[in-house]
Amino acid sequence: MTATTPDEAGLPPLQPPSSDNGLIGVLRRRYLLKLLVRREISARYQGSFLGLIWSYINPLTQFCIYYFVVGFIFNLHADIPNFAIHLFAGLTVVHFFTETFGAGTRSIVRNRALVVKMAMPREMFPVATMLVSLYHVIPQVVILMVASLLSGWTPEPVDLVAFLLGLLICGLLGLAGALFFSAANVFFSDFGNIVGVFNNFVRWGVPMMYSYAMVDQRFGDFAKYYLYNPLADAVLLFQRAFWVGTVDDPDHQAVAAMPEHLLLNGALIVVIAALVLGVAQFVFSRLENKIPERL
Amino acid sequence: MAASIVVENATKYFTLRYHRTFKEVAVAKVKGRQTAETFRAVDDVSFTVERGESVGLMGLNGSGKSTLLKMINGVMRPDEGSILTRGRIAGLIATGAGFHNQLTGRENLFLNAAILGMTEPEIRRKFDDIVEFADLGSTLDGPVGHYSSGQKARLGFAIAIHVDSDIFLADEVLAVGDKPFRVKCMRKMREIRNSGDRTLFYVSHSPESVVKMCDRVLVLEKGRLGFDGDPVEAVHYLRYDEEDDIDDESLANDI
Repeated sequence: MTATTPDEAGLPPLQPPSSDNGLIGVLRRRYLLKLLVRREISARYQGSFLGLIWSYINPLTQFCIYYFVVGFIFNLHADIPNFAIHLFAGLTVVHFFTETFGAGTRSIVRNRALVVKMAMPREMFPVATMLVSLYHVIPQVVILMVASLLSGWTPEPVDLVAFLLGLLICGLLGLAGALFFSAANVFFSDFGNIVGVFNNFVRWGVPMMYSYAMVDQRFGDFAKYYLYNPLADAVLLFQRAFWVGTVDDPDHQAVAAMPEHLLLNGALIVVIAALVLGVAQFVFSRLENKIPERL
Repeated sequence: MAASIVVENATKYFTLRYHRTFKEVAVAKVKGRQTAETFRAVDDVSFTVERGESVGLMGLNGSGKSTLLKMINGVMRPDEGSILTRGRIAGLIATGAGFHNQLTGRENLFLNAAILGMTEPEIRRKFDDIVEFADLGSTLDGPVGHYSSGQKARLGFAIAIHVDSDIFLADEVLAVGDKPFRVKCMRKMREIRNSGDRTLFYVSHSPESVVKMCDRVLVLEKGRLGFDGDPVEAVHYLRYDEEDDIDDESLANDI
């Protein structure tokens, strides 16, 4: 069947019509991805008066709540210098993850009209959602940088590396989760709810409202298992990037307790996250076959 | 000639689920009722379409035409067997062709064209032609959700027909268009048919247009390939040419 006979010369090869799918197919069709991302950005708050401002109101209100409840009521301002930056650095990266994961999980069902009728890599939708979430990270990072600079932070190259590693971990893992759950969500919408529950856990499973110094102190030797949570590492990387530089006293116990080899571990987690993404892609392409008939 | 579409023993299973929630499934299991049923929407179908051929696909409602078309288009994959195609595919799977109701016609045009594989410069180059062909006037900048089914079909067809495709799939596109538009569509499809190197795969219930457009017709019956050959004989095979109720039939042809 694949043997080329003379009059087939110069023609494109015979191949399965769905062959250029998968994440690689997504990368190959960047123009379509661009259109989808642009559409998502404008459609997310369509029909709302405040529009894009909502994507800042959400993290900002969360920030205020945590800042007052955790900072004043639990009195963490005393233990953690520049607690606001400590918190906001964590919130930014966690919000990126939960948005990618949560909205990505719903993306296939939400784009039902296209998924059922048009041939295209369906990974396009979770990937587009991830990029939209990334777009919303930008202003938060700007706020974060301004606040850190005002608090006496001098940017170093290592900060940039930590920042990029943190983003990569959350982007890759959020996308992997979105790929897996977006396909599963087509079969049972229960999976969408599970993601919501999971995202609630994430906010408390990372050292943003409390410091890693506390974990280290309470857990002792078991603190290293806490670091097996890749999102905790992503948060620590973000704090390494924006918060550590703002603390005047480098021997302050909150900074001194930061885990060693943070960057190395971060790089290792990025590699593992890429592998997890590969597995998610495999599962997705298995489930994908049944998606059009179940939508 | 080189093959354009090669379908080998393609089978697609659909599963009908009678119960969706845990409670319903549990109750049905306890009572010993069936909770799901699997059937073959397309059943062991094999055929080869040569490059440049125009092939009609006929069959009663629910015979698996759209499923087969979706598999050739790449929206679905066969569960068994294989389907191979050569070159770029464009076409319409039913009317509406996956538009987003909140977006305007213009935005949908760009999105749809990109999904069909057009590049940005290609779309910009053909934009005016597409708009002219769809002939939607000022409605182009209104949300597609407010379009009539005919208007959606016009836009969908206009985009698909302007893709430089090697294989053009058309699924009952003309059923909802008004007469001037149908004439325009037929002219375009005839251009494709006469091009000699583009393959036309045409689904229709209209015996007349199939006989006019196609060199060969496939008839699906409950998912199986029942007939493969001359269009006139295919119409006869389907008994679409029997004149049992002449008035209604001639009316139905005009619909």
